[in-house]
Amino acid sequence: MSPVRALRPLAALTFACAVSLSAAATTAPPGGAAAPSPPAAGTAAQATAAPAVPSATPAAMPPAPSSATPSVSAEAERRYKVLSEELRCLVCQNQTLADSNADLAVDLRNQVHELIASGRSDEQIKSYLVERYGDFVLYRPPVQRNTLLLWFGPFALLLVGVLIWWLVQRRSGAARAAGVAEAAAPAARTDDAALRRARALLDE
Amino acid sequence: MRSLKFLIPLVIALGIGWFLYAGLGNNPLEIPSPLVGKTAPATPIALLNEPDRTWSPEQMKGKVWLLNVWGSWCSGCQVEHPVLLDLARQNVAPIVGLAWKDRPQASKDWLAKLGDPYVLNVSDQTGKAAIDWGVYGAPETFVIDKAGVIRDKHIGPLTPEVLAGRLVPLMRRLQAQ
Amino acid sequence: MTAEIGHFALILALPLTLVFGVLSLVGAWRRDARLMAVAAPAATGAFALVVLAFACLIALFVGNEFTVQLVAQHSNRNLPLAYRVAASWGSHEGSMLLWVLMLAGWTAAVALLSGQLPATLRARVLGTMGLIGFGFLLFLLFTSNPFERLVPAAAEGRDLNPLLQDPGMVFHPPLLYMGYVGFAVAFAFAIAGLLEGRFDAAWARWARPWTTVAWSFLTLGICLGSFWAYYELGWGGWWFWDPVENASFMPWLAGTALIHSLSVTEKRGAFRSWTVLLAILAFSLSLLGTFLVRSGVLTSVHAFATDPARGVFILIFLAIVIGGSLSLFAWRAPSIGTGPGFGAVSRESMLLANNILLIVAMAAVLLGTLYPLAMDTLGLGKISVGPPYFESVFFPLMAPALFLLGIGPIARWRKAELPQIAHRLKWAMAVAVVVALLLPLTIDGFRPLTSLGLLLSCWIVASAVTVVLDGLRGADGRVALSRMRLMSPSLWGMHLAHVGVAAFVFGVTMVNSYETEIDGRVEVGQAITVDGYSVRLDRLTDVKGPNYDAVRGVFTLSHNGQVLSVLHPEKRLYRSNGQPMTEAAIDRSLARDVYVSMGEPLGGNAWAVRVHVKPWVNWIWLGCVLMGAGGILAASDRRYRRAARADVASRAAVANA
Repeated sequence: MSPVRALRPLAALTFACAVSLSAAATTAPPGGAAAPSPPAAGTAAQATAAPAVPSATPAAMPPAPSSATPSVSAEAERRYKVLSEELRCLVCQNQTLADSNADLAVDLRNQVHELIASGRSDEQIKSYLVERYGDFVLYRPPVQRNTLLLWFGPFALLLVGVLIWWLVQRRSGAARAAGVAEAAAPAARTDDAALRRARALLDE
Repeated sequence: MRSLKFLIPLVIALGIGWFLYAGLGNNPLEIPSPLVGKTAPATPIALLNEPDRTWSPEQMKGKVWLLNVWGSWCSGCQVEHPVLLDLARQNVAPIVGLAWKDRPQASKDWLAKLGDPYVLNVSDQTGKAAIDWGVYGAPETFVIDKAGVIRDKHIGPLTPEVLAGRLVPLMRRLQAQ
Repeated sequence: MTAEIGHFALILALPLTLVFGVLSLVGAWRRDARLMAVAAPAATGAFALVVLAFACLIALFVGNEFTVQLVAQHSNRNLPLAYRVAASWGSHEGSMLLWVLMLAGWTAAVALLSGQLPATLRARVLGTMGLIGFGFLLFLLFTSNPFERLVPAAAEGRDLNPLLQDPGMVFHPPLLYMGYVGFAVAFAFAIAGLLEGRFDAAWARWARPWTTVAWSFLTLGICLGSFWAYYELGWGGWWFWDPVENASFMPWLAGTALIHSLSVTEKRGAFRSWTVLLAILAFSLSLLGTFLVRSGVLTSVHAFATDPARGVFILIFLAIVIGGSLSLFAWRAPSIGTGPGFGAVSRESMLLANNILLIVAMAAVLLGTLYPLAMDTLGLGKISVGPPYFESVFFPLMAPALFLLGIGPIARWRKAELPQIAHRLKWAMAVAVVVALLLPLTIDGFRPLTSLGLLLSCWIVASAVTVVLDGLRGADGRVALSRMRLMSPSLWGMHLAHVGVAAFVFGVTMVNSYETEIDGRVEVGQAITVDGYSVRLDRLTDVKGPNYDAVRGVFTLSHNGQVLSVLHPEKRLYRSNGQPMTEAAIDRSLARDVYVSMGEPLGGNAWAVRVHVKPWVNWIWLGCVLMGAGGILAASDRRYRRAARADVASRAAVANA
């Protein structure tokens, strides 16, 4: 290989390294939280709710949960975040526990905080809520008998798809073999330029 | 025979269509309680009128009773209140009132103004006991049997039809046991 | 009076669409030129009537005509003008009228630009679209009349939902509906073809630009919806796999499969019955989306006010359109025949794989969306299917498709050689591997999923660059930029759209891997820090908006000590309905967004504030815009217009190919 031709791929690799390094430089690693945080109050506005629920307006409501909590560990905070995004706000129109402003969501978030602080595992916390509210509260449906079709359906469909691909392939290949045999008979002489043009057209 | 495979999309579409039609009758936000058939949560709840004392469902063992979750802020509760008063007057079963996420004074004022159908009033201001009962909105009504097992839960305001058609027959059956 | 004019215009349009729909189809069947000629002028007339009706609706909103129920429910005197206009489609009835407007518009466009189509095909396409329009007008007039009067009139309107008072509301629904409804054209071509019994490459060439443009609009519409949700909803997310979002994503997946399948049918005359089925599927999914959003069977923040009665009507309409078209398909498809064969390694086989993966992915999304409904109906309990499910299922299905994206454009039609492809792409793969490994390692260590995402996105770009460079290579082996004009717009469009996919994958990978956030309590004068970015609350001011009162925080954003910008997030309370809302403030750049939103007041001068740092997030929407642009570029290829004119003679030859 001539040195000029070797340079091209080398240039590509150097470019790749340059791109990666500059992208990395602009992306900071996700560090831990720099300050202790209170239970998040949720910032999304809530759309119209269905059954009567304690509304967010003050009048007859007990005061909002206090913000002064003892500092929680980064691990507990991380677990809380992951959990509250996998749990559903029961009274909202499809929102996670983390994002909802509903009073019930605030209560449940506090409960999750307490359960984490009391040493329960993620599975135990989820079971705690499922015992009281049913599977509806989980955004990740449990893998059980009535959700087998849900979890394995797509995979089964993919297998069916692969089977179809293979079958179509075989049938088409056979058709092509028959067609090629017929076309091989009149062997035309084509010059180079026409051949190259034909190839280019086939590529388009 | 090979042409039959072209019918598959139509068959699938019809199947989905059937589900959609049947689904029109569902209420997507009505969540059935997983606690039906399980023992009522023993979490002690403070009495409305004596906040230092607590009550728990254990004290109701041996009787068939109702737990009604309500709040003075809840408009549906106002709608169902006359039905509850009527039920209390008929003396079918004792009704315990759980004031949920309500300021005690507001609850007391409400009962004073509209009438008190409850044999007992408890108040859960923080909502923690209500979570144990799987409460997610008001009003909700539970039917508990003599052994302390929850037998039914009704979500939304009580109506005479629901009482006559489902809850009162259930209570009578449980009381006969 | 305006309301009555608008209503009357719709009432006139109703029989017009029925008449030209029926007459065109009958005319095509009987080969009666006069009947067939009714279609084009009638379609234009129907469009004019619907435009009139829509203009009346907008006039009513702008003029604060609270004697009309829709205006009273969704508008307000203090609502800014642009939002009064947008409020006209902020309700079920208004958005249904927008649907009908788009449908009438596409029909008129097809009528105007299809002069070169054979008369029977043209009449059948327009006839089908006319009948669909008739169905929708029937639905509109009988169950969802936007011009319903309110007696006694309201003194003031209830105001548009604060979440919708945003520029996004002005553009997102129209773009989205242009896409949804645009698939009706492909659908009509499919029906027309089934009725004609003819599906040659010419049919595909006529159908293709319409489909690609509709797909582009849908892409841009979904992109805008996601972008809007990101900055509007305040939680920093951009896709929630909400049923309504899925209702728009499923037609998009089917549409993507369709535009690829159409290329095979156009270039090689293969995949004919599959392309027809996809065209029916894409539009059926659009209709299904309409049903899901308006019938109340699924819960969503996006859903319109639910009404099972409307749901029944739409379902009947769906049964007629989808059931009818699929029955027609079952009856006529066996006679379509298969096209020429292709090898196990060839562009056809790769596109087949691409199609299968896209359709399986679409089926998975459909399954997840409808599963709770099915279980509830069968009495098997109530479950929720949310992002954790969709993400676990969707990404593994798409990964192979993304990999194929790099190989497909290089593979030859009919028969390609794997060793030759591998040889041409080896440097592309090397570059992709280097970036995929180097990038995470230099940030904070190896992450397998991050590397996979980076590998796929770099692979796609590197492969596209390779193909383009090869295409620019002259006979002497040297790249000549002058050869750029030898590559058609459809080719450039393809590469642009594919690069858009790569940019999208890059954005998603980087954001999901490296985003950070912090919730903190901040008092005036205090700052919270995350990732080297410091957000300091300088002061709080009270703001009086046109229809809201707000507390605005003035935050200074600095990075490693250097001040970058001042951000003004707000916590608003809308006066007419007392609804609170948070307006996030975002410091944007190509490399990252810093996203600040105010939560709750914590007493004194303190607020709960959330700050997100989202690296490379804008590449998500940039990628989508490139996809849409690529589609429009590809559809602009002159061969669609040039070939149409020269088609009279060549049609016979092509039909025998």
